[in-house]
Amino acid sequence: MRKVYHKIIQVAGNVITVEAENVAYNDLAEVTSKRGVSLAQVIRLQDNKVYLQVFAGSRGVSTNDEVRFLGKPMQISSSDNLLGRVFNGAGRPRDNRPEITEDLIEIGGPSVNPAKRIIPQRMVRTGIPMIDVFNSLVVSQKIPIFSVAGEPYNDLLARIAMQAEVDIIILGGMGLKYDDYLYFKNTLDEHGALSRSLMFIHTAADPIVECLLVPDVSLAVAESYALEGKDVLVLMTDMTNYSDALKEIAITMEQIPSNRGYPGDLYSQLAARYEKAVDFDDAGSITILAATTMPGDDVTHPVPDNTGYITEGQFYLKNGRIEPFGSLSRLKQQVNDKTRKDHRVIMDTMVRLYADYKSTCEKQSMGFQMTNWDNKLLKYGEMFESRMMDLSVNIPLEEALDLGWKTLAECFDKTETGIKTDFIKEFWPENA
Amino acid sequence: MLDNNRGHIVGINGNMITVRFDTFVTQNEVAFAIIGDKKLKCEVIRVNGNKADLQVFESTSGLKINDVIEFTDNLLSVELGPGLLTMVYDGLQNPLDNLAEESGFFLERGVYMQPLDRETKWEFTPTAKKDDKIKAGDYVGHVPEGIYTHYISFPFSAQGNWTITEIAESGEYTLDDIIGKAENEKGEVLEIKMVQNWPVKIPINAYKEKYLPEDTLITQQRIIDTFFPVAVGGTFCTPGPFGAGKTVLQHAISQHAQTDIVVIAACGERAGEVVEILKEFPHLEDPRTGKTLMERSIIICNTSSMPVAAREASVYTAVTMAEYYRQMGLNTLLLADSTSRWAQALREMSGRLEEIPGEEGFPAYLESLIAGFYERAGLVKLNNGESGSVTIGGSVSPAGGNFEEPVTQATLKVVGAFLGLSRERAEARRFPSIHPLDSWSKYNSIAAPEALETARKTLQRGNEVNQMMKVVGEEGTSIDDFMIYLKSEFIDSVYLQQNTFDSVDGATNEKRQKHMFDKVMNILKTEMKFEDKDSVRKFFMELRQLYIDWNYAKMGSNEFKELEQSIDRKLKESTNA
Repeated sequence: MRKVYHKIIQVAGNVITVEAENVAYNDLAEVTSKRGVSLAQVIRLQDNKVYLQVFAGSRGVSTNDEVRFLGKPMQISSSDNLLGRVFNGAGRPRDNRPEITEDLIEIGGPSVNPAKRIIPQRMVRTGIPMIDVFNSLVVSQKIPIFSVAGEPYNDLLARIAMQAEVDIIILGGMGLKYDDYLYFKNTLDEHGALSRSLMFIHTAADPIVECLLVPDVSLAVAESYALEGKDVLVLMTDMTNYSDALKEIAITMEQIPSNRGYPGDLYSQLAARYEKAVDFDDAGSITILAATTMPGDDVTHPVPDNTGYITEGQFYLKNGRIEPFGSLSRLKQQVNDKTRKDHRVIMDTMVRLYADYKSTCEKQSMGFQMTNWDNKLLKYGEMFESRMMDLSVNIPLEEALDLGWKTLAECFDKTETGIKTDFIKEFWPENA
Repeated sequence: MLDNNRGHIVGINGNMITVRFDTFVTQNEVAFAIIGDKKLKCEVIRVNGNKADLQVFESTSGLKINDVIEFTDNLLSVELGPGLLTMVYDGLQNPLDNLAEESGFFLERGVYMQPLDRETKWEFTPTAKKDDKIKAGDYVGHVPEGIYTHYISFPFSAQGNWTITEIAESGEYTLDDIIGKAENEKGEVLEIKMVQNWPVKIPINAYKEKYLPEDTLITQQRIIDTFFPVAVGGTFCTPGPFGAGKTVLQHAISQHAQTDIVVIAACGERAGEVVEILKEFPHLEDPRTGKTLMERSIIICNTSSMPVAAREASVYTAVTMAEYYRQMGLNTLLLADSTSRWAQALREMSGRLEEIPGEEGFPAYLESLIAGFYERAGLVKLNNGESGSVTIGGSVSPAGGNFEEPVTQATLKVVGAFLGLSRERAEARRFPSIHPLDSWSKYNSIAAPEALETARKTLQRGNEVNQMMKVVGEEGTSIDDFMIYLKSEFIDSVYLQQNTFDSVDGATNEKRQKHMFDKVMNILKTEMKFEDKDSVRKFFMELRQLYIDWNYAKMGSNEFKELEQSIDRKLKESTNA
């Protein structure tokens, strides 16, 4: 029988302190208060003082409430019965169905040995030219969508999830609006994907500590599925809410902030989660697609900034389009030489010319005379936006490449594109 | 190790534990926290009364108050000896391949393995003789290690003068075999093995003197070797925002740099990037030796999700190994990606220690640590008169891509070349995205200074004209200015930009660079006569096309010669127009 402690000596933020013995770091406890039972986790030990982070928040916790240590760290079921279910961040069901306690695994496990990783090489086809052609998505990639509040990033996440051929979809929702949660649920349902999905949902109304657990539980479950040979896609939205939760806890723990109040270990914390993306040597894989909202569309804000250094690129969603500038898939080199040999040429050339178009637009807006070349660029830029960038375009990669050549030929002469002569000979459409 | 030197945990906060010790502790000594049948490695980082703060190199999950700590009285060290090449280690010199065999997919905590293999027999040839006078860093013999002769040095930690009393005959020995003995004036006896330990945070200083680095280290990247060269034994940094191509550039340098040994420290960055090196290097041929790149490489890999404290150690582990091979008269290159992650590890620990923070929360001693690290580079004269070198290149990941931040600034003060990567250039797909106007180097270029100056001026003027054109428009720009602008764009697109992923264009050797640079200079100097801007633009586009094709042609091939002739012919058109 485990000892029950009744004397809480400090409550600060969501952290309570009790005096107790023989408690291990990271262990769980149950705090029973008038509001009900909540889990709590040991986050600091100092002599006989134990600092506990209460998952349901400390509101209503009284100094004589009951604290019972469970003698184990946080665990989550990894059973197949999870599929089709919805849980909160602490792993409790939020769909009024029974709790699942079989096949328990610990969350936040050790990192994968880099020597056991393989070079990712399977492309995920999305039907979106801005991704497939210009920034190909690859199995086991970790990539966020950078965007501002109000952009359809959740729609984009859902669309990619539906078109990608994966075995299991895990949605980790952090600070999610209830409407968005329902949107994901309905989309999965419509596409008949609910039975191969599971969700860990923290809504904006739930206790902040549970938000911190969402990535860990989602990824722990994903990892166990991947080890069984499944290709798992993890969607995490919105990682900025997660980072803000980290900030909140760090400030209450009186940690020295580094940049705009965020803790100094923001990078390590985010990296520990994103780095769970993996392609196992002879098992499955984890691909992570996240949403990161940028306050004020500022990519130098600590959250997108740190994220950018961790993830393998980012999709920059602005005005309902994936921008070619600012978007990057770091793994595209692994796959885009195996698709069609003109893939890279089209990718490089079209973006370079689009950049030229952008500077011509600047010139035009300042009222300068447009040269012949400028007019060609203007024609090209508009075509590029409607044929490639528009999110409603849904065509396979090969069709998109052909469309690229067609667009180039409609706008330019052969020598104006800076393409190697061999490619021009082979691919330039003569009848354009 | 003293059996009785133990302590007990009295506090745990993240990866820092506070320990009450019984007898004594040494600052920076290694200790082990005992949890069940496992031992977790720690390092003493602060002592206060009878309590010491230790950083734990592993997850502290499950540790309890009163758990036992064993002190070792040894500073954090690495093993140095034959067999380091081709190895892949974590920040604490655990061999990752062996760990994978032992524990599978994951890096289980508390599993440590011998860095160097003890079974392998090495073909030892003694060079020292009985009764020879010897001191730290002198050679006692050598073994063949892959493509190099690996010299066995008298222990770097040996102080004063010693006399060899015994030395093994030529033959096969393992690392644990004693291959010699030496005695000093006090009558102390030292056993010599082919392996020795050295504390990572202390530079190996068993050499005579440091020279000024003069020779250019050929990286086969045109913008570096010609415009912002790195010297053999020098230091450089590549700061840049994410997505600017820091890692791609580092990979390119690690593959193509003409140096004997490359030590890669993947410090707190993505695991995937290391995997590319791990899987590709064993298959890529080093044209200098005809062997694979792996045979000249050591990889230290402490990626972002691996324990933070070990990340801090990893750059020191790497530089110590680079220094070790320097001691054999080899030129070594250390590439650290990224030093910002190392600085962040320092910041995390400083925060836990509740030290008064400096700028952006970084500890006040950040600058001196960064300076100390880069100062470990250098071209040195060894005890035997030969020279060896360590060149250090660190990438920096400044928050928000802002070079004003503390890590970039502290680094700029101590390096000899600054290769600043720019987001604008990266977005315009101009790779390598080293900014041609902001970057600088104090080292010697492979090009003649006057030519270089002309090229720089053209770039500078071209940029000015471009800025001006944004205000007055193309129509308000004179054709002469416009020509300068196009010339600067031309150098940029055909010389500064280079396609890393192309087998020919990805690496340009010194001879070809000089040849190509002369050609570019020739074009810059040519007085061109054109009627209007459209025709001059058209001319440069066609010239660029030819030149780009030329870049992709193998030097000496027929295609190469034909394209060169076409370029020359094309150039003539411009003067006859």
